[in-house]
Amino acid sequence: MADAEAENEVITTADGIPLKESLKKALWERKKTALLLVAPLFLFVMITFLIPIFDMLIRSVDNSIAQQQIPDVVVEIQKWELDSTELPDEATFQALVKDFKIGAKAKTISRLGRRLNYEQSGMSGLFRKTARKIKKLEAPENATEAMIAIDKKWGKLDTWRLIKRESGKYTSSYYLAAIDAQKNNDGSLSMKSEDRQVYLKLFWRTLRLSFTITFLTIILGYPIAYLLSTVKTKTSNMLIILVLLPFWTSLLVRTSSWIALLQKEGVINDILVGIGLLGDDNRLAMIHNETGTIIAMTHILLPFMVLPLFSVMKTIPPTWVRAARSMGATPFTAFVRVYLPNTIAGIGAGGILVFILAIGYYITPALVGGTKGTLISNFIAYHVSTSLNWGLAAALGSILLLIVLALYILYDKVVGINNMKLG
Amino acid sequence: MALPIHASPLERVWHYCFLTICVLIFAFLIFPILIILPLSFNAQPFFSFTSEMLQLQPEAYTTKWYQEFFTSLNWQGAVKNSFIIAIFSTLISTFLGTLAALGLSRPDFPFKTTIMGLLISPMVVPLIISAAGMFFFYSRVGLQGTHIGVILAHAALSTPFVVITVTATLTGFDHSLTRAAASLGSSPTNTFFKVTVPLIIPGVISGGLFAFITSFDEVVVVLFVGSYNQRTIPWQMFSGIREQISPTIMAVATILIMISVALLVFLELMRRRTERLRGITPH
Repeated sequence: MADAEAENEVITTADGIPLKESLKKALWERKKTALLLVAPLFLFVMITFLIPIFDMLIRSVDNSIAQQQIPDVVVEIQKWELDSTELPDEATFQALVKDFKIGAKAKTISRLGRRLNYEQSGMSGLFRKTARKIKKLEAPENATEAMIAIDKKWGKLDTWRLIKRESGKYTSSYYLAAIDAQKNNDGSLSMKSEDRQVYLKLFWRTLRLSFTITFLTIILGYPIAYLLSTVKTKTSNMLIILVLLPFWTSLLVRTSSWIALLQKEGVINDILVGIGLLGDDNRLAMIHNETGTIIAMTHILLPFMVLPLFSVMKTIPPTWVRAARSMGATPFTAFVRVYLPNTIAGIGAGGILVFILAIGYYITPALVGGTKGTLISNFIAYHVSTSLNWGLAAALGSILLLIVLALYILYDKVVGINNMKLG
Repeated sequence: MALPIHASPLERVWHYCFLTICVLIFAFLIFPILIILPLSFNAQPFFSFTSEMLQLQPEAYTTKWYQEFFTSLNWQGAVKNSFIIAIFSTLISTFLGTLAALGLSRPDFPFKTTIMGLLISPMVVPLIISAAGMFFFYSRVGLQGTHIGVILAHAALSTPFVVITVTATLTGFDHSLTRAAASLGSSPTNTFFKVTVPLIIPGVISGGLFAFITSFDEVVVVLFVGSYNQRTIPWQMFSGIREQISPTIMAVATILIMISVALLVFLELMRRRTERLRGITPH
């Protein structure tokens, strides 16, 4: 019974530290090592990837340009109400002259004009004209009259309502533009007229094409995944090369081969004309339209459907279907009631994967889509590099990102990101 | 999937129908890739077969598009850039990705799902969004239009592949091996290099290959973050297809297909080596 006393004592390690603390310390040390190993990559991805994405999200609401270009006007116009029936006071006009003089000298004021032109056409011209003429204006006594003399638009209430509306640090107008809505000058919201709606149709087309492509990859992928999972391992190892080779081949190689196949003077039209199915003058238009985008993208994304389906089907014992058959099920019933439900997870995994990839595709639609087969990403690219409306590009990108993240969470629920496998 | 002897006529018909359908789908998958090879030898600057080619006349075939590829400054610059960018971004992503995978696969790693999710997000976010975001940010910090910018961007895009591949290798890792080494008096460093590394090296190499291919194939981010001086092979192909379509693209495509075949063979050999080392026989 000499040990009874020792039981009440705190158990210590050889160096006299209580075991619990020592264990805690050891665990913390191990956690620290694990965290230290991950830290470099985490920082790297943070700086090179996550911050740029975050920066883009900020850009989609950023409106600091007004405060940079016309800081005095922004302050003065606070006193003026949106529903006012009179022009802003003389002090505001004096501020406008002052800001314009500085901005015209620095040659930066036209940027604000371009920015406001997204909301109301004619603003860019107004700003350029005013910037040209403001240099000759020497400290006018009546700035209101002087500005209206330069351009009558300075005497219009709508111009000032727009400036007041877009004088904040943040704006929702890019997002509104991205869903074809607009802010009216009295502050209310409305949809753009039917013929001026672009982006809703584009989002709809992107979703519709992605659905079509996903559906086609399921239809085409299911039979060959089934075949791969039922033949001998040796045969399936050979056949899977036919799936992996396209998977590993450069995207641009596959896209250019579809151009060679589908264009008017291309291989498929030549064959159809050659065997007399088609007259030489009515060759099929299979490219630079929706058909081109659908065919090429189905081909490019098909391996992403076959591989998850195959890995699910491999695990289904062939005895299950045989058991169903032996108990009197027709081949069709056995397939629908026994086999198909067991492959739903594979269809879900492949389907979401293909859909996520399709919805953000850029290269293939840009090359084979023409104008009718382009997707939302092509418009993002257009606004980044051609129209330079970066705010709108960022807003469209953020909406697309939101859709993809929602699908990604769904994918995580269905498959689990930790189970993601490659090749 | 052999047909059972007792199959009914209807089942027989369906069986052969099914096989035909499968053959057609496989043809759909592989035909567009095979078609490129003969087209790249077309003597005429078209993207289709000429009647002379179909009659197999030797003068209808030429290797001039390959010569053009190997002599043109545009293409040679693109090849050089592609390799420089892919090699450096692979080195960065393989090193950082392997370290992170070693940390992530420790059993008591905190916030594993969240951190893993953030680390593999470059693979999930559509390329156009990554490209736009990187373009805005990199031009602000002066990295837009530089080799370093493109290398960093590609390294970020390819790290998820390294993390996933190496983590997958580590899940099958038998930790009693390192304990056995330790019990035999090996230092942790020695154990790492003599036991852990040889076992995870196939995963690291295939992760690195994925990273290399990701960078080598990537075009959207190069288009935005890079400029003419950073043009890679896909960049040159993209602008080639958009501007003047020339069969040189088909010649380049053929060379790229050869590279992917080589990679496919290499990866398969790696996979077999891993299985052999682990004592798992393919079934």
